[in-house]
Amino acid sequence: MSTPPIDQAHDAGHDEPVDENLPARDDLFANPGLEEHHWRPTDVDPKAEKRAERQVAALFALSALCTIGLLVAYVTIDSDDTVGDLGAQNLAFGLLLAGALLGIGIGIIQWARKLMADVEMVEYRHSAASSEEDRAATVQALADGLEESGIGRRPLVRNSLLGAVGLLGLPAIVFLRDLGPTNAQVVKNPPFIGSGLEHTVWKKGMRVVRDVVGTPIKASDLQIGDLVNAEPEALFNGGEDGEPLEGVALQVAKSKGAVVVVRMQPDEITPGKGRENWTVDGIICYSKICTHVGCPISLYERTTHHLLCPCHQSTFDLADSARVVFGPAARPLPQLALEVDSEGYLTAQADFDEPVGPSYWERG
Amino acid sequence: MDTSKVANSNTTTAATAKKPSRAAAAATWADERLGLAGMAKKNLRKVFPDHWSFMLGEIALWSFVVLLLTGVFLTLWFTPSMGEVQYNGTYEQLRGIHMSEAFASTLRISFDVRGGLLMRQMHHWAAMLFVASMMVHLLRVFFTGAYRKPRELNWVIGSLLLLLGTLEGFTGYSLPDDLLSGTGIRAADGFIKASPVVGSYMSFFLFGGEFPGESIIPRLYTIHVLLIPGLLLALIAAHMLLLVYHKHTQWPGPGRTEKNVVGYPMLPVYAAKAGGFFFIVFGVTAFLGGLLSINPVWKYGPYDPSKVTAGSQPDWYMGWPDGALRIMPGIETHLWGYTISWNVMLPILVLPIAAFAFVMMLPFIDAWITGDKREHHLLERPRNAPTRTALMVALMTMYGLFWIAGGNDIIAIKLHSSINAITYFLRGAVFIGPVIAFIITRRWCISLQRKDNDTLLHGYETGIIMRSAEGGYSERHLPLPGTRAYTLTARERDPALNGGPNGHGTDANGVPAPGTGRLAGFQHRVRTLWWADNVQKPTVAELEEGHHHAEHEHELQESTDGHAADGHQFDGHHLVEDETLRGH
Repeated sequence: MSTPPIDQAHDAGHDEPVDENLPARDDLFANPGLEEHHWRPTDVDPKAEKRAERQVAALFALSALCTIGLLVAYVTIDSDDTVGDLGAQNLAFGLLLAGALLGIGIGIIQWARKLMADVEMVEYRHSAASSEEDRAATVQALADGLEESGIGRRPLVRNSLLGAVGLLGLPAIVFLRDLGPTNAQVVKNPPFIGSGLEHTVWKKGMRVVRDVVGTPIKASDLQIGDLVNAEPEALFNGGEDGEPLEGVALQVAKSKGAVVVVRMQPDEITPGKGRENWTVDGIICYSKICTHVGCPISLYERTTHHLLCPCHQSTFDLADSARVVFGPAARPLPQLALEVDSEGYLTAQADFDEPVGPSYWERG
Repeated sequence: MDTSKVANSNTTTAATAKKPSRAAAAATWADERLGLAGMAKKNLRKVFPDHWSFMLGEIALWSFVVLLLTGVFLTLWFTPSMGEVQYNGTYEQLRGIHMSEAFASTLRISFDVRGGLLMRQMHHWAAMLFVASMMVHLLRVFFTGAYRKPRELNWVIGSLLLLLGTLEGFTGYSLPDDLLSGTGIRAADGFIKASPVVGSYMSFFLFGGEFPGESIIPRLYTIHVLLIPGLLLALIAAHMLLLVYHKHTQWPGPGRTEKNVVGYPMLPVYAAKAGGFFFIVFGVTAFLGGLLSINPVWKYGPYDPSKVTAGSQPDWYMGWPDGALRIMPGIETHLWGYTISWNVMLPILVLPIAAFAFVMMLPFIDAWITGDKREHHLLERPRNAPTRTALMVALMTMYGLFWIAGGNDIIAIKLHSSINAITYFLRGAVFIGPVIAFIITRRWCISLQRKDNDTLLHGYETGIIMRSAEGGYSERHLPLPGTRAYTLTARERDPALNGGPNGHGTDANGVPAPGTGRLAGFQHRVRTLWWADNVQKPTVAELEEGHHHAEHEHELQESTDGHAADGHQFDGHHLVEDETLRGH
């Protein structure tokens, strides 16, 4: 198949002069020109025209009715009225507002399609670029301006200005410094107990309590296969005068301190190195915060001892130091060393021995 | 045609005012103060071409306006604060629960402010519509080649709008501080912490200390109602100004050339259609907001860092990076006491940024490959740029597979299949799928080009089956009507690639061969792939031969001409009325 030059103008059927800057097409057929205008029924039939006029006006009237209905609904429908399962108020407001808006929209478009002139018009394009003269004049003006400013001749002035303006970028960043303290500052000067990425509120002797209610867990009360969502007791008595934690202190403590406690057959557990005495009769405790990006983990499959994160499906084997068996997480869940106090309740031996939650650069 | 009865709406000459009308008086008053007549004279009757696909960007524009209107309403009651309060409003199930003021005020908007729930739901639906229509608009612009010179910068602006729209959506659905959105912020904190070197610093600065702190909601609020909307407004204005300046692209057709634009004038037709369309988009969001519940935060409850719901998923437009995050293998490097979280950084920080950068660069990549420096105002059919079309379909396939990965848990539950198997499959599919899609799309486009040529050379299929005297059957073909044949062939031939990769002069079409730089050989290979196997439109000689052949056939079939079933009832040569067709 032969391929004629693409830049060669072959302008069959065009009346306009050939512009060398624009691509030409090798038209196989003469451009037939704009298609003939066809009159619409509304152009030639006064009855059709009147009908269209009535349609448009009816749509606008429908809109007005819906608006009035909307106002009536606003004052008459109570917030607890229902239609089936749906709130009557929201349903009525939505449908009436939709009717009011669609009536106007469809009406206007119907008006444009049926009654406004429908003769297509032709407008000529120009190249996006300015004319050669304009461009030359602009380049000249630019050159003159730059020349007169002496910016090219006086590098000392230019460079010292660039340096000074560039330096102003620094305060724009530095002044954001007080958006928050750094991790190191939080560790040095803790705003709440257990502050800093490397710490939580857990400490030796703190009871492991059920979340929401805050009751301590007796080791003997747990059945094999049980999973308990638990929290450090400090959430419920760590505030001033033994009050529960509140506000930010509570949220920060929860976001790092939440744990899961599970009980399995002691011989099913493969204890990690140095973690041989971290369990109590097959009761083992891990951080609930996923090591991937920090979602709380909740889905436990008791037969396999697998714990699945609902956010990105990282799966951890709780019988084997919470090793990652599937999914995007790279590290096992931190384990909390357990013991029982004199009353037989589960307590922590110490805080976690590694930071909980997602990885970060200095984590090591 | 009898035009004597033609209504006065259509006239061939411009309407001339008999005496100064009220509109003219107002215009004069304004012009004496603003002097806008010079500019307005060109633009009031500016011509816009008509095609359904040009409406997609308009949906995005109008849904943005709906977002502004409903958003302002919501700010009147929303309290962007993480201060802890005890809820005692009308929603019984949550009474007595401690929650942030943000969540409590969202409940108030939903249950106690009349129309508040409707506005919340309309705002959320409009946000979905905004992002979705921007994406489809982007696809339309790409598939038709409308991003080519001189519109490359408008493509870049549009891509930025999509990026900002996505971020605006994320900051918006995070504001109610419910359990689902809080989980999203929790994950976002993990993403930030995965940034090398500065991760924990950025996290602590953003959250005003340790996660979750009490600053994130007010800060997201400022970003959501001031910073990003301001940028969106400025960029939308620039997008529209460039659209007006370049004049809209149009499909080739009778009378439509690279040098003109054919369509309806802004005033009145286009203004009416666009203005009416605003009310339709607004009305549709009202309909959706009234009928379909979206983001029922009261069911999720307030954010609690120790709780999560199964099947936690972000809004759909955040789904694809989330999917990448899900199927990424858990790789982490520990070096000299520092941690690099490849498993988070690559899918959620590097991939989306790289993808957006690639999309933004597409017009420049195209121009580099083709060496085409001319202006283009006529659109191309996707089939006539097979490699370009295949490239975007490959990208769409990759997007779709990542998006599916973002719902791998839901799919596993619904299809009763193993989530592990789905994940392993998708790990391979995100790489292989796009390649397969690329090959299939490209060949498909080329087949469609062949089909166009067949129609041109041998006529269109009439559906009329002829039986010859010998008893053989054949389908009757008729030549295309002139306008359709013209439209079908109103495209360029691809340049032939005779120039070698080493810059020896120009090829047969005068296209300069790639330069002698280091990339010259690569450029030549890509350029060859770009056009290879494309089917060019027929030459004049081929057309004549085709017509000659057709004439011969016509002679053979002459006896049927003029009869009911000669095929011409379909192309308007004669009507089928009053004729007996198939014995009826």
